[in-house]
Amino acid sequence: MSPRGAAAGQNPASRGAAVGQNPASRGAAAGQNPASREGSGAGGAGYGSYGPMDNPTADGRTLAPIRRRPTQLVSRRQYGPYTVLTARDPDGPTPDPGQFYMLTAAERWGGGEDERPFLPRAFSVMRAHEDQTLDFLLEDVGPGTNRLAELQAGDALHLLGPLGKGFARPRDGRRPILVGGGVGIAPLAIWGDALGAAALTLLGFRDAAHAEGAALIPGARIATDDGSRGYRGLVTDLLVAELGCDPRAEVYACGPPPMLDAVAAICGRHGVPGQLAMESGMACGYGACFGCVVPTKSGYVRLCVDGPVIDVDDIDRVWPAVGAGAVDGVRPAVEGFA
Amino acid sequence: MIDFCGIPLAHRIVNGSGTFDAIAARRAFGDAIVEQFPFAAFVSKTVTLEPRQGNPPPRLWELPGGLMNSIGLPNKGLAGYLQEDLPQLAELPVPLIVNVMGSAREDVARLVAAFAEREEVSALELNVSCPNVKTGLIMGADPRELAALLDHVRPHAGDKPLIVKLTPNCASPAEVAAAAEQHGADALSLINTLRGMAMHPDRPGEPWLGGGTGGVSGPAVRAIALSQVREVRARTELPIVGMGGVQSGRHAVDLHRAGADLCAVGTESFRDPLAAARIADEASMLDEAFPANAARGTEVVRL
Repeated sequence: MSPRGAAAGQNPASRGAAVGQNPASRGAAAGQNPASREGSGAGGAGYGSYGPMDNPTADGRTLAPIRRRPTQLVSRRQYGPYTVLTARDPDGPTPDPGQFYMLTAAERWGGGEDERPFLPRAFSVMRAHEDQTLDFLLEDVGPGTNRLAELQAGDALHLLGPLGKGFARPRDGRRPILVGGGVGIAPLAIWGDALGAAALTLLGFRDAAHAEGAALIPGARIATDDGSRGYRGLVTDLLVAELGCDPRAEVYACGPPPMLDAVAAICGRHGVPGQLAMESGMACGYGACFGCVVPTKSGYVRLCVDGPVIDVDDIDRVWPAVGAGAVDGVRPAVEGFA
Repeated sequence: MIDFCGIPLAHRIVNGSGTFDAIAARRAFGDAIVEQFPFAAFVSKTVTLEPRQGNPPPRLWELPGGLMNSIGLPNKGLAGYLQEDLPQLAELPVPLIVNVMGSAREDVARLVAAFAEREEVSALELNVSCPNVKTGLIMGADPRELAALLDHVRPHAGDKPLIVKLTPNCASPAEVAAAAEQHGADALSLINTLRGMAMHPDRPGEPWLGGGTGGVSGPAVRAIALSQVREVRARTELPIVGMGGVQSGRHAVDLHRAGADLCAVGTESFRDPLAAARIADEASMLDEAFPANAARGTEVVRL
């Protein structure tokens, strides 16, 4: 079996969340996903391992069936501005935490008024359940997320995945600290589940209304920009405090580009390894379009096949490269790919 | 079997250059992508003499009915392609067509000569949508410029079929096509993307795309592709690879009836990696000139 073993079934979350959302606010963001190096997700404990076929490639990722699979929405739940879509996926493998899926509504996608949305949208898987369903988190910020957010139980959609490389387990027995912003909390849910009690999760939101999303990750510590819930200030302040207490940690982050940029800087300052679940405008999700590149120390890499989880050490600067390319984007609703 | 320039193909649907990376797809989907390869031939991304990083992001912009990209032809360069990519692409179950581009005739000739001697390569496609650094003219936008390029390059191609990828961004693609035929092209492919741009939402007057302008593709360009294929067909006898917004068997059949021998799928593959297999099957039910695709289980939709 796979290196990923049992784990494979976990669920990470990541890009999904929207891969496209927007950075602009810290909170909102991006859902991304990560990737992992070898065992990424693996470890785990398996939560939802429902998929019979977990056939990893040499780099350990769980492979996607080639086919874009027709499926059905089981439920939609609202957490403040965030929508959790639960879709059936009886034929897919159990994803690795940090992998993502490309989602498309079966109706009114590329054929309706204004012909948008046209391309599928990328979302980190937030959780994979034993009943063969997948959870995705999104925020309605553009035509794609808007169309997906209005789907009701029973509505048809297509999904392709799991794609990309997910999170890798902490190095050298380090304590995992998960840092999420806005819709970017998605991949941290499945990853936190896989890591179990050892993981500390810090979540940042714009305000108390957005912080309703924190209910998706019980036990997380919360920061809001306006102090209307939890710590008043940036989630990265909480991270700095934690690392100040105990730097033997590995940081996993997903959120808007400015947050990721700050996390990367903090990791550098404290000499702590980190993995960022990033997002970028993405047309295909499987390496065909070359549109989702981000600059790294070794040049541009495609987030869809070389990420979405990128090691902090490999990245030069998150912002503005990622934000500018965000599919669902920097400018929600209007441009790019939201 | 379909005969295209002497190359036997299982059906009429191929990919547009730069719209499918078989090596990356294998990383995502495993060997299944090889076993169920959706195209009758594989057309590689453009290869240049030297490696290229491609354009800075953002590279994509979704449009009403399509997509605009400014990818900028990232590739490993000739040496990297020969060493790393070609051995992997040779494992595909279909003929390989290598697309090349250079900004000087001598560069194009070197590329063509390098691939002409490789048995893994069934045909060459010339990307002529780039400026000649010496004349400043887009090589494929002017009949005389293209004629001079082909005169220089054709002798280096040996017995490999040479396909010229026409650009729609010129006064008369049909005139360019006629020049290509007279100067040794074996086939034509069209249309390449149409040049476009999007304004940056936050920076007045600045473009959104890192490359400034981009190429428009997808359903938005389908009508243009149909008219240009028909126009080019009226001027030449050469085999034509028609492409532009093909999403269904109906669209492929339309292009075929306008004059295309093969049909390429590009942007639609971004929405569904097996779109081309579905399109081949749909077309086979509409027109007996289209053999079905061998890949199984594609969802067939009649439009």
